[in-house]
Amino acid sequence: MAASDALENSPALAHLVDVPQIGFIGVQIAFEGGGCVLLAVFSDIHGNRQAFDACLKAARARGAERFVLLGDLVGYGADPEWVVDTAMELVAHGAVAVRGNHDQAVNSSAETMNAEAQIAIEWTRGRLDTAQRRFLAELPMLVEDGDRLFVHSEASSPQRWHYIRSTADAAKSLISTPAHVTFCGHIHRPALYSMSVTAKMTSLVPKTGVSVPLLRGRQWLAVLGAVGQPRDGDPSAAFVLFDTVSCEITYCRAPYDIASAASRIRENGLPPWLADRLSEGR
Amino acid sequence: MPIPLVKPGAEIDGYTIGECVHAGGMATLWMVTHPGIDTPLLMKIPRVSEGEDPAAIVSFEMEMIILPRLAGPHVPACFGTGDFARQAYVVIERIPGTTLYKRLPDLPLPYEEARSLVARIATALADLHRQNVIHHDIKPSSIMFRDSGEAVLIDYGLSHHNHLPDLLQEEFRLPYGTAPYMAPERLLGVRDDPRSDLFSLGVLLYFFTTGERPFGEGETLRAMRRRLWRDPHPPRTLRADYPPWLQEVVLRCLEIEPGWRYPTAAQLAFDLTHPDQVKLTARSERLKRDSLSVAWRRRFNQGVMQPRAKADVAAQIASSPILAVALDTAEGAPELNEALRVTTERILATLPSARLACVNVLKLNRIAVDRTLDEQGSNKHVDRLVALRHWATPLKLDESRLSVHVLEAIDPAAALLEFAEVNQVDHVIIGARQGSFRRTLLGSVSAKVASEATCTVTVVRPPRLAADAAEADTDEATG
Repeated sequence: MAASDALENSPALAHLVDVPQIGFIGVQIAFEGGGCVLLAVFSDIHGNRQAFDACLKAARARGAERFVLLGDLVGYGADPEWVVDTAMELVAHGAVAVRGNHDQAVNSSAETMNAEAQIAIEWTRGRLDTAQRRFLAELPMLVEDGDRLFVHSEASSPQRWHYIRSTADAAKSLISTPAHVTFCGHIHRPALYSMSVTAKMTSLVPKTGVSVPLLRGRQWLAVLGAVGQPRDGDPSAAFVLFDTVSCEITYCRAPYDIASAASRIRENGLPPWLADRLSEGR
Repeated sequence: MPIPLVKPGAEIDGYTIGECVHAGGMATLWMVTHPGIDTPLLMKIPRVSEGEDPAAIVSFEMEMIILPRLAGPHVPACFGTGDFARQAYVVIERIPGTTLYKRLPDLPLPYEEARSLVARIATALADLHRQNVIHHDIKPSSIMFRDSGEAVLIDYGLSHHNHLPDLLQEEFRLPYGTAPYMAPERLLGVRDDPRSDLFSLGVLLYFFTTGERPFGEGETLRAMRRRLWRDPHPPRTLRADYPPWLQEVVLRCLEIEPGWRYPTAAQLAFDLTHPDQVKLTARSERLKRDSLSVAWRRRFNQGVMQPRAKADVAAQIASSPILAVALDTAEGAPELNEALRVTTERILATLPSARLACVNVLKLNRIAVDRTLDEQGSNKHVDRLVALRHWATPLKLDESRLSVHVLEAIDPAAALLEFAEVNQVDHVIIGARQGSFRRTLLGSVSAKVASEATCTVTVVRPPRLAADAAEADTDEATG
């Protein structure tokens, strides 16, 4: 039908072929063996052990079979070692992980960040051993999984770390990929965008716990809230469940022990605002 | 583009295609059967071939995501959907009969018949709005009735679900819908106000009782925009015998500013079910439209044009509940009635759009024939209504938010439960009878209401005094 024609002709495939030249790695995988798979997708964990642990438990309790980590495993939070070790173990068991700007900053001083993020990253760098840092350095920028795309910031130029702030930003990402659903994070605020075959955009602030069918015949951009540092006014940890057969997405929240996560940040001498903001969800 | 698979005898996902029963502008409807499903079924298939209106696809996508998420007697049950990757379809229950469109040659209908029809449609809308869906295309051809009497709303192609993507959000530059029925705020792109459906239902009620459409049939944008500032002719100018209560209801639905309409479909249904309780305002007596100067002021000073935050359908409905307080004004202890008033006042204080029904049950004897007049010869029913109003006076509620009801019944609890059910009451406030002897003898009304009601029930007791405590020790579970 018309939709697939339009997608075939989009410039995105060419763009992905160019990937190595512009300095990042794209990976293609085939995630499921054809059966029904419930994916749990996590973004912006930011070294928050309590939040990540609560999300993993909540996702497993709801039947999640495969895991996707959308980057920014570290930065801000006080337990980067535990988070990276957990991520390495998940990846060893088939999980997908992509690179975020904080993950990259651990191994590169070229990333520019605000002062608090910079302090946190330098602290994090000292905490991670060689194997953990190599794991972060080798994370791909984006992963294609059938007709799904996983990327930290957005799909049009992932290495520039642009935020999806508006439907215009979402449109730019969507026209650069043929994927039916793109999953991203980075902005720490959940949103769901779609683009029709005639390039008409729709946006939604998803309601927690309500499953939304991502119809075929249009493209979708699922922007995730943060596991480890939510900024949408709700301090509970955010993640997403996606049913690969029914194509239904559910934005979920998991309450976690915010006080412990915050006191770990203070104990380690990180900027106090990084602890304070957790209970405010901003 | 897949080759259309649809022809009689073909099979799609286990559904065998039968006869084509309707070929409309946006979709075709086919009878289908499926082994294991006894319900008569219809398959709706969008027109998606080249040259068709792209609106057909988007509308169909909306139906595909909304229909499977709806439940209850006021919507067609949905059995399955197929997506555009192969053959787009939805399979729904086939509702026997015809839509209200077939009644157009009979207009105007008798007032009583129109009242009953529209009350049932308002009840269906209330149920739909509670499921977070705004219909946005309420008109005679979207409405059917089950044999059991309930209204069924069909066609969700223009609908809005508060928790799902609104695919029509940016699809059309011009408002999309049925011109004569479209609410004024729709012309400004507002798609998240459930009161838009109440406006459309007001148009239908006006049309069905007068035979005239309040805003004509104009389909040009210019003709449609007039309703942003020009009010319709009051129905009484068209039919001299138009009941004032009905004009009150119709004109309230047709208010230009959504905030002046009924806050919820349930409250509209309540007024249509109790015409004698409709609070008459200047609307009910109006014999002509607003003066031109008023209309022109509106035209150039439009409140509805002010920017507004996105509305939350569920929050709006939740802020406008129907409360019912069950009172025993004849034999109830004064301190209990006072406690009921304090509780009611506290609940109302947080809900500026709630309405309150004060209910009293006039208990009938099982055997003896009841006489309407008491020993002193005054009318018991009227006395109780007066007492209910007297009880409610300190609440200082606007008359349009208050109604009083005396139910006559042998079983008071059953009567209260039925009242709550029929009137879509959201919250019942009831006192626990304190006299343990009477309660032992008669059973507890509040306990039965609290355990069997389908809505929230608050059981109220008077403040506990030290003197009562000793007595209460011997009097276990209250209420």
